[in-house]
Amino acid sequence: MNKNVNRKSDPDQIYWNQETLPPGSEQDAVIKGITGTISNKGFVVAKLDQLINWGRTGSLWPMTFGLACCAVEMIHAYMPRYDLDRMGVVPMGSPRQADVMLVAGTVTNKMAPALRRLYDQMSEPRWVLSMGSCANGGGYYHYSYSVVRGCDRIVPVDIYVPGCPPTAEALIYGIMLLKKKIKRTGTILRG
Amino acid sequence: MVDIVENLRHDKMYQKARLQVIGMMLTYSVHGVIKADFDHDELVVLVQLDNLVDVLDFLKSHPFCQFEQLMDLCGVDYPHRSKRFDVVYNLLSVTLNQRVRVIVHTDEAIPVPSVHHLWKSATWWERECYDMFGVLFSGQPDLRRILTDYGFDGHPLRKDFPVTGYVEVRFDADQNKVVYEPVHLVQEMRDFDFDSPWEGVVTLPGDEKIHEKRQNIKPYII
Repeated sequence: MNKNVNRKSDPDQIYWNQETLPPGSEQDAVIKGITGTISNKGFVVAKLDQLINWGRTGSLWPMTFGLACCAVEMIHAYMPRYDLDRMGVVPMGSPRQADVMLVAGTVTNKMAPALRRLYDQMSEPRWVLSMGSCANGGGYYHYSYSVVRGCDRIVPVDIYVPGCPPTAEALIYGIMLLKKKIKRTGTILRG
Repeated sequence: MVDIVENLRHDKMYQKARLQVIGMMLTYSVHGVIKADFDHDELVVLVQLDNLVDVLDFLKSHPFCQFEQLMDLCGVDYPHRSKRFDVVYNLLSVTLNQRVRVIVHTDEAIPVPSVHHLWKSATWWERECYDMFGVLFSGQPDLRRILTDYGFDGHPLRKDFPVTGYVEVRFDADQNKVVYEPVHLVQEMRDFDFDSPWEGVVTLPGDEKIHEKRQNIKPYII
């Protein structure tokens, strides 16, 4: 931690894509450093993968996959009170333009092939966020004849948000964790 | 004069009296009605299967009834009965602000006459009833499943259908598609709900009177 602070206060080193800085002197120092560098040299140097991850986390477009009551909480998160748009999370109607799939609700056996097909239609890199008990593990309908016992049986899941349904805050926290995960593990290598 | 009649039409007591008259008409002048009585101020009519369409047609067209909407058509399974299924028709008259419930008994083999020519909405309800209970509807041109999965086996709301079903799905990476497999439960389903009103009513000592009064349940003490 001490080392980090020293590196941040170093005017030649600009670390703008690691941890979110709280408003205050540290944040001011980073902004001052960047504007100073731009006015002096006319350019900033950054690592390419970090720059790409910054772009990816800054415009994480989810495919709206509202299947049940969790979808209502998902809609709450998009609405003005929480406003996911300000975080670059803009709902996409088409899987082709989407980065992340928010599985919000109960996945039934009948829906499972459609869920998989839509996941397959998403372009890489892609992530899946499972929202609510039903999508996580079947939830209330775990022993039902018609419900998939967790959407991870169909698609690989990155983040599980617990709750029945999770609050809009919980969903936003899940999205923030997903952004953290992308920053930590995101790569420009093609697998 | 017209205003008085109009006001009378919306009067609660008048409406109840009219519903009682309908019950009397059904009992004494409509062929095929087994009984028509009131349950919680609602008219419930038990009808013979052969006369079902005639009775429903009467309820739809008679000026005293005018049940122009079929709100719901559903099934009930009583596995101990010889004719195990109830088919229940819930009718609504928007004009006269009244409701009626019509019930017929049937089983897996005896088809119930379809009423899609009386109410077009009946097709979806009859498909649902066929899907969930396996009740057959004669004269229904589109008797397919409506809710369950493609190629589903069995009728899930029958009492002898296991709640976890027979198949479950998962994505198979080798075949690159969603596959069906026999149900494998890591943990058997457990039911801890001993106090559920559906599992068995237990009246605690001292609560007998309040049970009888509030829920109309006879005291039953273990």
